Amino acid sequence: MSNELNEHTGLRESATFDRSTMAEIRRAAETGIYDIRGFGAKRKLPHFDDLLFLGASMSRYPLEGYREKCNTSVTLGNRFAKKPIKLDIPITIAGMSFGALSANAKEALGRGASEVGTSTTTGDGGMTAEERGQSKKLIYQYLPSRYGMNPDDLRKADAIEVVLGQGAKPGGGGMLLGQKISDRVAQMRTLPKGIDQRSACRHPDWTGPDDLAIKIQELREITDWQVPIYIKVGATRTYYDVKLAVKAGADVVVIDGMQGGTAATQEVFIEHVGIPTLAAIPQAVQALQEMGMHRKVQLIVSGGIRNGADVAKCMALGADAVAIGTAALIALGCNHPRYDEEFRKIGSAAGFYDDYQEGRDPAGISTQDPELSKRLDPVEAGHRLANYLRVLTLEAQTLARACGKNDLRNLEPEDLVALTVESAAMARVPLAGTCWIPGQSF
Amino acid sequence: MKTFDLTQNTVRELNQALHDQSGECMEREFDVFSPHGQHNIACGLDQNLSVNIMGHAGYFCAGMNKKATVTVHGNAGQGVAENMMSGMVRIKGDASQAAGATAHGGLLVIEGNAGARCGISMKGVDIVVKGNVGHMSCFMGQAGNLVVCGDAGEALGDSLYEVHIYVKGHVKSLGADCVEKEMRPEHIKELGNLLSRAGIDEDPARFKRYGSARQLYNFKVDNASAY
Repeated sequence: MSNELNEHTGLRESATFDRSTMAEIRRAAETGIYDIRGFGAKRKLPHFDDLLFLGASMSRYPLEGYREKCNTSVTLGNRFAKKPIKLDIPITIAGMSFGALSANAKEALGRGASEVGTSTTTGDGGMTAEERGQSKKLIYQYLPSRYGMNPDDLRKADAIEVVLGQGAKPGGGGMLLGQKISDRVAQMRTLPKGIDQRSACRHPDWTGPDDLAIKIQELREITDWQVPIYIKVGATRTYYDVKLAVKAGADVVVIDGMQGGTAATQEVFIEHVGIPTLAAIPQAVQALQEMGMHRKVQLIVSGGIRNGADVAKCMALGADAVAIGTAALIALGCNHPRYDEEFRKIGSAAGFYDDYQEGRDPAGISTQDPELSKRLDPVEAGHRLANYLRVLTLEAQTLARACGKNDLRNLEPEDLVALTVESAAMARVPLAGTCWIPGQSF
Repeated sequence: MKTFDLTQNTVRELNQALHDQSGECMEREFDVFSPHGQHNIACGLDQNLSVNIMGHAGYFCAGMNKKATVTVHGNAGQGVAENMMSGMVRIKGDASQAAGATAHGGLLVIEGNAGARCGISMKGVDIVVKGNVGHMSCFMGQAGNLVVCGDAGEALGDSLYEVHIYVKGHVKSLGADCVEKEMRPEHIKELGNLLSRAGIDEDPARFKRYGSARQLYNFKVDNASAY
């Protein structure tokens, strides 16, 4: 409710039954089925905005912003792989499928990532020629559905990411509704055109971490131990999951917090399952440190990363790199105000659009409609993404230099304080102005 | 013919030797002795090879096979011929669960029984089982054929897409959206070809055909209880 209305009428909106909640109750009553949507969690969660850096002063020595180097490169997957991946910046593009996204959008992601020397990732639906062609470093996801999975593409990949879950829906499988199952998507996934595709939530040929260890060995055998193998999990029981992933033989662990986006799933899943990214990182780092594997098995963090401060804070908490999905789509043009009129015609508005599953995205990104897809120029959109990635990198470097660090990975928890008790407890850094970390003794 | 003894050589050495044939093929026949249930034997092949495994194999034997003919002269562990693309894999004994999982093509023949989830998420492979298959076989099967000469366990073909399932024996129960369908002449012919390719002498007329009712292909409120 706007403040203006409140001030002039004295009407008071219920915090419990606000208008959004009431609208959902009405929608449920009218349709009898749960709401499905894309995007990530929209509720307010403890996040990186609740952390601040302690810049250098008397007790710390800063680096010159424009004269002294701050390294941003990172090597991923040097535990077992013969060919680890070297990235120029520690910001990667998260897995998003062709099917959920248009071919032009996938190509743009590849172009943008390659322009700045980082990697992009396939998704639930296999590898497209456009994506491979435009991605100098491409991570191939190995998902429960195994849509489009084949050994030729596996060997073309620069790394393999075994996906156990994602932050938007840990414990859930993918979903692609019939509107987006075009001829090409159907062919790639070996499915009838137009069906509502429900991906499995569990891998079909292994159960549990002991089996996973054998599965990883199989993938290494098929690829002759050339490429790194990542394990991606949605953030829930992160401490235990990371330990098991390392034990299963991962070169890299990817943790996706609940702010991570999705192409489509139940709203109840997005908003009520998983833990915030902020809470997951210290758990993951603790697990790695206890095993003596921190920095040996690299940690990639994703879920709600928007700017260079978020990147720097992830790395200060112990991540080796981050991955972005929703932010990358926004950089391409997702939810752009130039399409506001068209968003309103389909019952949404620029900045609010989350019905990715319907395939009617006016920006031409989360669609398979040929006419809408044409709206996205992959060259121009890719360049926008590259620009955005450059800004994230420059911002993260700015903060690192201010903390006296000549490498983003030299940032550390000691550089951070928290603004709230909750974020202090989750991030395991002191409440600002105190030496108190909730849950830890003085 | 080249021989490998897995008490003397590692699985890595064997697989590398097999993968080395993918370019210029120097040797087409391989016999593998003393496999002792080791995992990932002969996976990722990409050449017209003939590989005989003289004993039991562990998990994911012949995984992602292309073109090659792999014969296990014993039992096979979990996920045999998973994601096979082409070629043929024959198991002389029994196969554990998830045999032929997600496989896109080729022929998988199991001369004994197969465990649970045989043909799970299969995507075009043909699977012929001389014995029985376990529960949830062909779960979410997308394309291809599953032939069972014995009995099938619970929830056969649950959430099935377009796989043709033929069973000669008793089906304990059908999964969601899987129904018995009419056995028309084209199906008798298709099944006859499958049995012939598998080298199994059975009368196609004694089989029943099962397939998808296609009622769960799109979300409908009325189907909520089936999900």
